[in-house]
Amino acid sequence: MSNNSLVSISDYCKDEILTILDSAAEFEANPNRKILDGKVIATLFFEPSTRTRLSFETAVIRLGGSIIGFSDAATSSSSKGETLNDTIHMVSCYADAIVMRHPLEGAARYAAEVSPVPIINAGDGANQHPSQTLLDLYSILKTQGTLENLTICLVGDLKYGRTVHSLIMAMSHFKPTFKFIAPNELKMPDEYKVFCEKNNIPYTEVNELTDNFNDADILYMTRVQKERFQDLMEYERVKNVYTLKNDMLSNSKPNLRILHPLPRVNEIDPDVDSNEKAYYFRQAQNGLYVRQAIVSKVLDSNKK
Amino acid sequence: MGKELKVAVLKNGTVIDHIPADKLFKVVSILHLDKTLNQITLANNLDSAKIGSKGLIKISERALEEDETNKIALICPNAKINIIRDFVVVEKRPLILPEEIREIVQCTNPVCITNNQPVTTRFHVQNQNGQIVLKCHYCEREVAQEKVKIK
Repeated sequence: MSNNSLVSISDYCKDEILTILDSAAEFEANPNRKILDGKVIATLFFEPSTRTRLSFETAVIRLGGSIIGFSDAATSSSSKGETLNDTIHMVSCYADAIVMRHPLEGAARYAAEVSPVPIINAGDGANQHPSQTLLDLYSILKTQGTLENLTICLVGDLKYGRTVHSLIMAMSHFKPTFKFIAPNELKMPDEYKVFCEKNNIPYTEVNELTDNFNDADILYMTRVQKERFQDLMEYERVKNVYTLKNDMLSNSKPNLRILHPLPRVNEIDPDVDSNEKAYYFRQAQNGLYVRQAIVSKVLDSNKK
Repeated sequence: MGKELKVAVLKNGTVIDHIPADKLFKVVSILHLDKTLNQITLANNLDSAKIGSKGLIKISERALEEDETNKIALICPNAKINIIRDFVVVEKRPLILPEEIREIVQCTNPVCITNNQPVTTRFHVQNQNGQIVLKCHYCEREVAQEKVKIK
């Protein structure tokens, strides 16, 4: 296994996370640097994810590297029955690093074990998506000036949402306070509450959005997905309760910023977009700098 | 009917006793005893004061290694392992649950890579407030010891 792989946010210690965020800030100041000149990066997307793929590919191209790969498994030989092991070995003959999105959970960990070149996990099913977590952290750091001692409200699908689970893990280094706001059907699973208790992280749970976030520094919204509900009546009720509207923000703290991993559907009303507290589109742009930092770290190209 | 069960006395080898009756054939399978050429005696549904109904395995001329016997710690932690040499018990071996379990456990997550591609399963054994939990090395799904699926 190539030790430089990034499979899960828990692969990085606090110092490594902070180094990535520092490096992302440097890339933001100067995004076009030819430090990947002559390098070839493969983007293997066994399931489509246009947003993540474009972000990684732009990151590589702005650093002077080249891209090979596919954006849909239907156009790769996995549709002929090739195993992931074989695909990874074949591609590693050509590429210096592999960015991979795969529908099967654990695919990235396995790929990192068999691959001679570093693997960057761009999402393995509902399991891990560490570049999303790092760009969330970068957005929090940029908007708050610190990661320490913040109050973070997580809203929406806290049961299945991998972004909120990874965010809890990553923020655990920085003494946060959490508030979990979710309908009963989509409550935060016990294992993450146990994790908070073990790490002395205070949290509260509520199931109404209304103005329960007035003490928050970060409001992290997620999509309440229709397909998660067995009872569609329940979904219809819940989806309206969990829509953030501009007038709900009037008593919030001045430094509050609203994050969302995107795509959003109806959980943030468009009337919030013009509020200076809405940060989700700039959050997506931060993804570019964070991914430049990740790619150069796994290729050890920062020094060149 | 009060009759003693006559089982050949073992000269050299391994005796595994106090296996819960419903786990006997799982043990056979985990230890690959169905493929060995050694003489084997299997007994099942024997009366047991401790567990009601038990199974017993005698393997002739083969002392199982510790990493083999520890594989069954997951499904029958209270089984007794005796290593016999010249009709004498030379070792009473405790069963120790290993920190990592390979191959024998199946992940409960249907979209785990190990259930869809030829990948050997790996689980990390964790103690969470007294409850033994197995965490899949790949998809990170956790499963409580009593809900573990043996392949």
